[in-house]
Parts: sequence; structure tokens; C-alpha cells
Amino acid sequence: MQLIFNQLPFFDDHYNEMVDVAGNTRPHWSAMMDVLSHDEPMKMRQRVETVRRQVRDNGVTYNVYADTHGLQRPWDLDVLPFILPHEEWATIAAAVAQRATLLNKILIDIYGSQSILNSGLLPAALVHGHAGFLRPSHGVQHQDGIALHNYAVDIARAPNGQWWVVSDRTQAPTGAGYALENRTIISSVFPDLFRDLNIQRLSGFFASMRDSLSYWGRVCAKKQHQSIPEIASLSEGEQPLIVILTPGPYNETYHEQSYLAGYLGFPLVQGSDLTVRNNVVWLKTISGLKPVHVILRRLDDDFCDPLAFNPDSLLGVAGLNAVAKAGHVLIANALGANLLQSGALLGFLPNLSQHFLGESLRMPSVATWWCGEPNALETVIKNLQNLVIKPAFPQIQEFPIFVEDLNNEEKNALIAKLRAHPNNYIAQEQVKLSQAPVWNKDKQTFLGTAAIGLRVYACATPNGYAIMPGGLARVAGAKDERVINMQRGGMSKDTWITASHMTHSVSLLRRTTSSKDLVRGNTYLSSRMVENLYWFGRYLMRNTHQARLLRTAIRFLLEFTNEQRAIEWPTVNSLCVIYGFLPSQTQLKEIKKIKADDKETSVESNVDLSDEEIEALLINAVFFNKNQSFASGIEQIFQLAFNLRERLSTDNWRIINQMSQRLKQVSTHPNLSETLTQLDEANGSLVTLTGFTLDGMTRDQGWRFMSIGRRIERLQFLCTLLQQALLMPVESNLEWLLSLTDSIVTYRARYSAQPEWLPVLDLILMDENNPNSMIFQLKGLVKYLAEISNYDHGERYESGLAERLASLMALNPDAALYHGSSQLLTWLSETYQVSIKTSDALSLRFFSVTRVPHFFK
Amino acid sequence: MRYSVEHQTEYLYEGTVTLSQQIAHLTPRNSNTQFCEKNSLLISPAVDERLQHIDYFGNFTDFFAIYNPHKRLTVTSSFLVFLKERPNFSQLQMSPAWENVKYSLNFEHGRHQDAVNYLFASPKVTCSEQLANFARISFWQGRSLLEAAFDLTQRIFKEFEFDAEATDISTPLAEVLKNKRGVCQDFAHLMIASLRSIGLACRYVSGYILTIPANGAPRLVGADASHAWVSVYCPINGWVDFDPTNNCLVQQDHITVAWGRDFSDVSPMHGMVLGGGKQKLKVSVTVTPLN
Repeated sequence: MQLIFNQLPFFDDHYNEMVDVAGNTRPHWSAMMDVLSHDEPMKMRQRVETVRRQVRDNGVTYNVYADTHGLQRPWDLDVLPFILPHEEWATIAAAVAQRATLLNKILIDIYGSQSILNSGLLPAALVHGHAGFLRPSHGVQHQDGIALHNYAVDIARAPNGQWWVVSDRTQAPTGAGYALENRTIISSVFPDLFRDLNIQRLSGFFASMRDSLSYWGRVCAKKQHQSIPEIASLSEGEQPLIVILTPGPYNETYHEQSYLAGYLGFPLVQGSDLTVRNNVVWLKTISGLKPVHVILRRLDDDFCDPLAFNPDSLLGVAGLNAVAKAGHVLIANALGANLLQSGALLGFLPNLSQHFLGESLRMPSVATWWCGEPNALETVIKNLQNLVIKPAFPQIQEFPIFVEDLNNEEKNALIAKLRAHPNNYIAQEQVKLSQAPVWNKDKQTFLGTAAIGLRVYACATPNGYAIMPGGLARVAGAKDERVINMQRGGMSKDTWITASHMTHSVSLLRRTTSSKDLVRGNTYLSSRMVENLYWFGRYLMRNTHQARLLRTAIRFLLEFTNEQRAIEWPTVNSLCVIYGFLPSQTQLKEIKKIKADDKETSVESNVDLSDEEIEALLINAVFFNKNQSFASGIEQIFQLAFNLRERLSTDNWRIINQMSQRLKQVSTHPNLSETLTQLDEANGSLVTLTGFTLDGMTRDQGWRFMSIGRRIERLQFLCTLLQQALLMPVESNLEWLLSLTDSIVTYRARYSAQPEWLPVLDLILMDENNPNSMIFQLKGLVKYLAEISNYDHGERYESGLAERLASLMALNPDAALYHGSSQLLTWLSETYQVSIKTSDALSLRFFSVTRVPHFFK
Repeated sequence: MRYSVEHQTEYLYEGTVTLSQQIAHLTPRNSNTQFCEKNSLLISPAVDERLQHIDYFGNFTDFFAIYNPHKRLTVTSSFLVFLKERPNFSQLQMSPAWENVKYSLNFEHGRHQDAVNYLFASPKVTCSEQLANFARISFWQGRSLLEAAFDLTQRIFKEFEFDAEATDISTPLAEVLKNKRGVCQDFAHLMIASLRSIGLACRYVSGYILTIPANGAPRLVGADASHAWVSVYCPINGWVDFDPTNNCLVQQDHITVAWGRDFSDVSPMHGMVLGGGKQKLKVSVTVTPLN
């Protein structure tokens, strides 16, 4: 493919990442340029398509608060990586490690002796005027003197080729997970190049992070054991419990959080999954409370503990700060780390670096003035034209102001604002961002350029900071070349660091896996997760049944006249009443009474509805009835699935998404046949989903709870259905009964005759090979409940249903399986009751209430 | 002066509370004008966890947790306290012009390490140009800091009306300033915000005040209440307490429990409960002078 370089927009006063001043390709880009110029155009189109598909299939999303098109937006990833040579990277990495070391020392000092405040090295306003200074966290003793466990820094390259720091991310740096996903996708579209250039891997960085947190977690475990001897200490090789604390699925980077949780193997938990007792943080799991050793948080500082900080926070864990103070949990980053996220600090770093490290900063910050210093303020006002004005503290939520965009009047207003509240603002030199190549998917000239910035990640280890060899490169969106921000329409890039052949990523700490680790996964299933899985299973089934019932009812209306369906219809009708799809006689009489507006008239005779009225009611029941429609049930599945994201595959998720979308796109006045089509499609999706979840999910405790949910729901449906059906007139056609239980194919294959009572009841109740039969549900339930009970060492949850299974098997088909059988009716109603009790027992034990370990009482 | 103080807080819950975690600022701190001789904090029902520590501002903080289901929570703080004499206005040394104090606090980094904790906006204290203008009526050019502060105290007392119905804990200061009504907490916050808006340091003091029954009527048990006032930082005289609700320089009627940047740092009791539904709060305070 011919690349037309002279069509690229060049900026003389910006550094070009790929081409030098003489117009030659820089050496570290040459291999990529070779590929691009020799490959067929088709090949590149395929790569772009692969990237697009993988982003979609992996469900890589970024929640944009202001987006009117719904919650999620696909992650925008450029097919071309951003490439840096290893020599240059070494200096960047050293500078980032130095900066992380320095910022950590500042953080420790402010939350401890405050020597830099006392000596006047740092103005008080930068600490006491920063809403992120959390006084209750003052005095926490940090393991190995580390409070800043994860750090990210945004850097940009000046026209002279020098890298500059634009801002620091110290609270809960985001994007490392996206960088990892970008790598997975982009390395797969340039596999040869990736190998030939010997690009440094990212996995070593994450292994260092995991091993370091694990190392500190063991210390916390030891401290817990020392304070509370009843909490067992970790055995050799046993891993501490590390959780990722998320603000929840509506957070902008929730996708990344669930991805990292999966990658690192840490449970993703919400504040409500944790509780503080006896100065220890506990995870509510299905096997009771488990002591937590490390919390990797993605929740803002002041939301973490409503008792110590913001009392309005519903996302945090009351008492968390006190536990951190006691050293019983490591919170990464330490509570209060948001304090360093202030541009006002930048100007003071050179002196602080000399003070703490005796070194100059290896990478300068972009020239920054804090207006709180009278001299700086005057300098800023004198040189206003080329500056960007930004808030000095995160609590001041204002967008950056590019002074060059302002007219005189606006400029004077800005000066007045700076003079009135000088502490609140910083001024920064406007950065002329370097230009990197990007692939324009939509344009004729494929190779374009865009302003680029790089976010680099560091994590603390007991031996110093480790730097991720790569990072999240971001290019500016079309709207404003000067602003790089994913919220405002930017695009991301994978970052490739070429390696010298000597480089190996070696984890600093040894990690041994013992057989004990292998079984622990299950125990960390949070109660919330398990409850969601259980109800996901139930709702999948419930909606399947409802779709079938509604379909059956509509078919009766469409295919038979009033007379033709007279025998069976009352039963179908009463099932529809039970499920809330049609009004009961009592409700109809109420309505009639109100219509007659005469309270004296008693309505004795049954109210009959016309076919048209029933049709309208059924259509409402499918789409429109508030909280009770079939559509609202599907919506419930969607919500549950959203909360189970890290457990569901992309395929599952896509089906759920499509199903929910289809029902929302229904016309204003759907007719019966449209309704029927919708039900068929939804039913198809539900069946596929059920198959996927059955096949694709690990058979752990979570899967068992989901299966129990499915089977309890089906068991109850069969009980309800048969209790009604057994009371039908004996001459009823039983075909609809078979189709409702999805057993019609089996029946026809076996009997090839009109359905009769005995074989139909036998197939629905007693046939172990029919996955829709009663006995099949009971056997599965008894098995799974027994497995859960074995594991829980408590109540035997299967005992009630095991007894029902035994009594079902003891039934004599000839004596019990007939129309109107009172023995069978009793059995059905008793079984229904037992299933409700079993469900209640499960929810009491595993979902809502948390058992306090016995030694607390 | 010696006082005995009893402060009872009672929560009645509509439903059952299954977990309660509370933080109390009810144990009085000592200072160079106050010494606590004896104190106790009784909690019913029995607590499962209890921990006292000293917070960032030097106050006693009592944390406790109850795991047993309950529908009523009673916390009774009782103590005996001895108050030393404080200088009256004529005994205070001449304080510097307020602008000099402002400059020193804001630009002489490293000095006034204690005072700078109380120099900036805080959760319940928002600074504004409007509040700065309100302060400047008292703080004219070159006026001595404490003279101006006392003038501001008197202005708030005269211009504002005590009205327990007018505000609650969430009423913004701009509204208090507009309606000119509120309770001691509002007046303290208003004075603090005005002073901080012109670059001065001051803290919120929470405690009790002895109330004098009218015309020799007997003292009623529980009729007193928590009180709040303001402490202003002067580089010469240290922290000097003013009570805008009672139009005075604090002498020997004010018993200090805790201080912080504003109410949110020292609220007598706050916490989290699981369950409980609606709750009713009953507070009674009895301050008895002992000699």
C-alpha cells in the first residue's frame, strides 16, 4: 500500500513522534512503516475490523455520564500502537519511579509529622485548604512506609523532544486495565511485528502488583491474628484475601474494574459486601464472614467510610478507616491519597525533591504557577495570554480555561476571579503536544496525526516502585486538539516499548501455589453475587414459563373459536390469572360494580370477557403492565445480568442486550401476531441463554445457586400448572399441557397418538430422562442442595425436597396418575410449600443475613 | 468554678436495629483553662466494641458498636469539670492589626502551625465575598484583631434573632445571613465563615453553657442544651473565645467539650445503624454549678 507522507498535516512547532525534522522515519518506527507500506490495503482493513470487533465482543466500554445514548460507549482504540524505543523508555521509567517515591514521601509526611509544613517548604493552603486532606486518616502507620501503592502520571512531549509531567494521579489511578486490554487486542493484529520488535510484556507489572499486595496482606493477616487470636493465621502458601472495591456498575470505569478483577483473580466487591466488626474488615460470603487483608480501591477517599468521612456515602464501609489505623487491613491507595492530586503542588516539587531525595527531578513538570503566592499571581496576570487556568484543588469543579480563547471582557473577569480567590487556581503553560500517527478509518488518506499524551503506571513493591513497560496512550479528539480526555471524545492507543534482548520481566517476590489455593476460589463468592446468580436462574426460568403461557393463551385465541376452546380455556385463563396476566373474577366484578356505579347491585353471575377484551389484556400483559408485564421481567434479567457482568461471557451479554432492546422497540399498538413474534423471539433468546449459562459457566458454588434457582422456579411452575390441569374436564385436549412443559416432542416420539392422561402425567412427573419433568428437577435440587450443605457444615438444605422425591418415587402410577387424583393434588401442594421453605432457608442463610463468627458473641 | 454536667442522648427506633456503629464527642478535653476531674460515658444496651482515641484536633473520640438487636439507644455522659479564670477584655494584651495577622497566617509559611488548620473553608463553612463584606463592617483598615472580632460578635447578637424553628443542620449560611435567624450553631458558623473569608483563623467550639433561670425559679434538670461558640486566633493572646449567641467574651460559664473546624468535626454523636426505620431523638443536658 502506498503511504502518502506529504499529505500528512505537519506542525512545525510540534514534535513529530514518527518522523524527524529532516523528514526521515525515526528508527523505532521503521519496522511498522515497512509493514504498513508493504501490506495490501485489504490487510489493514481487516486489522481495523478485528480491533473493532474485539472491542465490541470483549464488551470494552467506558461509561460516559453525559452520554444521552445510554450508559455505555464502546472503547475507542486506534489500530496503530504508539512505539517508544527502550533507551528512551528507561529514562521515562526512572523519572516516574523517582516521582512516585517522592510523592509517597510527601504523603507520609503530611499524614504524619508534617515536617514540610512546619518548615514552610509547603504552604498550609495546599494541605489544609484541600478538601482531600482527611484528618481522621492522620497518624496511620503504613507498612514499609508506603501509602501510595498505585500511581499514574500523565506525561507529554514538548517540541524539543523532552517529556514533561502534566498531572499526577494518586487516588485510584484508572486505565491500567484498559492498557492491558488494548495490548491483548493490538498485539493480536500485528503478531509478527510484536514478536520481531520484542515488545516488553505487561504481565510482569501486574504480577509485581499482585505479589506486593499479597506480601503486605500477609502482614495484615498476622496483625489480625495477634489482636484476635480466634482469627486463624494464614498457613504456608495460603494467599491473603485481596478485594477490589468498586463504586458499582454505573461508575465510568466499571468495565475496567471487572476486567482487572478477573485478570488479577481478586473478588470485585461493593461497599455493602463488606462489614467492619471488631476492627477487622470482613467479606460477606456464602460461607460466612471472611477476614479481608487488602482492599484495592476504586472508590474515592471520602466515600470509603461514612463513619469517618462523608456520612452521606452509601458506597463505603463504616469503620474502614479505624481498621486501617489498626493495621488490620491494607488499603491501596491509603485513604487520603487524593491530597496529592493538585496542580498547586507541581511548583513545589523541585525543592521537595532536594529535601527528601537530595536529587533534582528527573522529569520536569509543565511550568505551573499557584496563584496563592502573590508573586506567582502577578506573573500569571502579566503573562496571561499563553496560559491555561485550572482549578488548584479537585473540590473546585471547573473546566480548564485557555486564555487565548477569551476576549478582553472575559479576560478581565478572569483576572478579577484570580484576585478574589487566588488559592483556588493554578496557571500552566500551554503544552504543545507531540503528534503521533493515527489510522483514519473513515478518510481517504489513511495515515493521519493527532496530539498524543501518555499515562504511565507505577506500583509499589517492598523494594521500590515497578513501572509498567507501556501505558495508556491517548490522542485528542477532533473537538479540541488541546484536550486529551476520554470523557470528551478522545481515542486510546496501545503503547509498545521495544526491548533490549536482556530484558526479562521477573517478579521480585516468590509466589508459591499450594493445593490449598486451588480450592479457595469458591469461598470468596460474595453473598450479593450468589443472590444475584440465584435470582438470575429463577428469572430466566420464570420468563421462559411466562413466554410459553402467554403464547399458549394467544394461540388459543387465534386458532380456536369460543366454543372450540370452551373445555380447556377456563384452565388456561386461571393460570393467566395466577401469573397476573388476566384479571380474576373478583377483580372483574369489582370493575363491573364501579362501572355500574351502584354499590347495592350485587354481581352474582360470572363476568364474561369478549375475545377483543382478552386480546387487549394479554397484549398489555406482555408489554405494558407496570411491574408485572413479561417485558418488565426481561428488564429484571437485564439488571441482574448487569450486576453479574464479570461472571457472564460476551455472548451471554449480547443476547440479553438484544432481547431487552427488541422488547423496547415494540410499536405503540402491537397486534396479536406481532406480540406472538416477540414472545417467540424472547423465548428463543431465553433458551439460548439457558444453554450458554449451563454449558459455559464454571461448576462452582455460584453455578449451583443459579441451577437451584432455575430448578426451584420450574418445580413451582409444574406444581401450579398441574394443580390447575388436574381439575380440567377429563375429556380436555392435553396437547397445550405438553407444549407448556416443553415435552411435546418427547411425547410424540414415544406415543405417536393423541395425548392421554396417564402417559402425559408420567412424562411430566416421573420420567427421569425428561429434563422438564418434576422428578428431574427434584433430583437435581437434592444433589445441588446436598453439595451446598456438605460445604456449609450446617443445616441439611436438601432434606425437605429429598423427602418429596422419595414420596414421588413411591407413587404407584396406576393408582395416582389420573385426572383429578386427590393424592396427586395433595402431593403437589405439599411439594410447593416445601420448595418455598427451602428457598427461604437459602436466602436467610446465604443472601441477606451475615453470620457473625461465634467468638463475637 | 466547678460544674457537674450530665448529657443524655436517647434514640428511639421504630424498628429493630441490628447493628449500630457510633462515634461520640462527649468526653470533655482539657486545656489551659479547663480541667476535667472525673467523667463517665454510660451506654445502653451493652456495647460489643468500644474504643477511645484522640482525634486530629486533640479531642477525645469515643467509638462504640452494638451487635445485639435493640430499639432504644441511650448514651449518658457525666463529668465534673474545673474552669480556671480567663482574661477579660481589659486583661487581654493589645492585639495586632487584623491585616498583619492575615498576612502572617497566609504568607509566612511554617509559622502558626496550629492556627492554619482553621484558616480555610470546611464542610459546613463556605467562604464567600458576601461573608467577607459582612465581616469588613467590623474589620476596618488597621483595627486591632480582637476589638474587631468582639464587634462582629456583638453585631451578630444584635442583628440576628435566636429562632430554633428557622434553621436545621443543613441550612446554608447564605440563608442564615439573609433571614437573620438561627441557633447558636448557625451564629458560630456564620462568624467563622466571615472571619475565614477575610483570611483569619478561627475554630468551632462545642460544649455547654450555664443557663440562669429567670427570677429565681428553681433550676430544671435537663433544660440546658449543647452550645457552640467561636475561638479566634491571635498571635499575641492565643485562642480567644467569643460567643455570638450570648454577646460575650467567654469567661467561666462555658464548658468546652471539643473543638474543630466546624460542627462536622465535633458533632456530639453520629453513626450508622442497620435497620431501625424512623428514629426519635431526645437530648437532655443538665449543668449544675458546684460552688
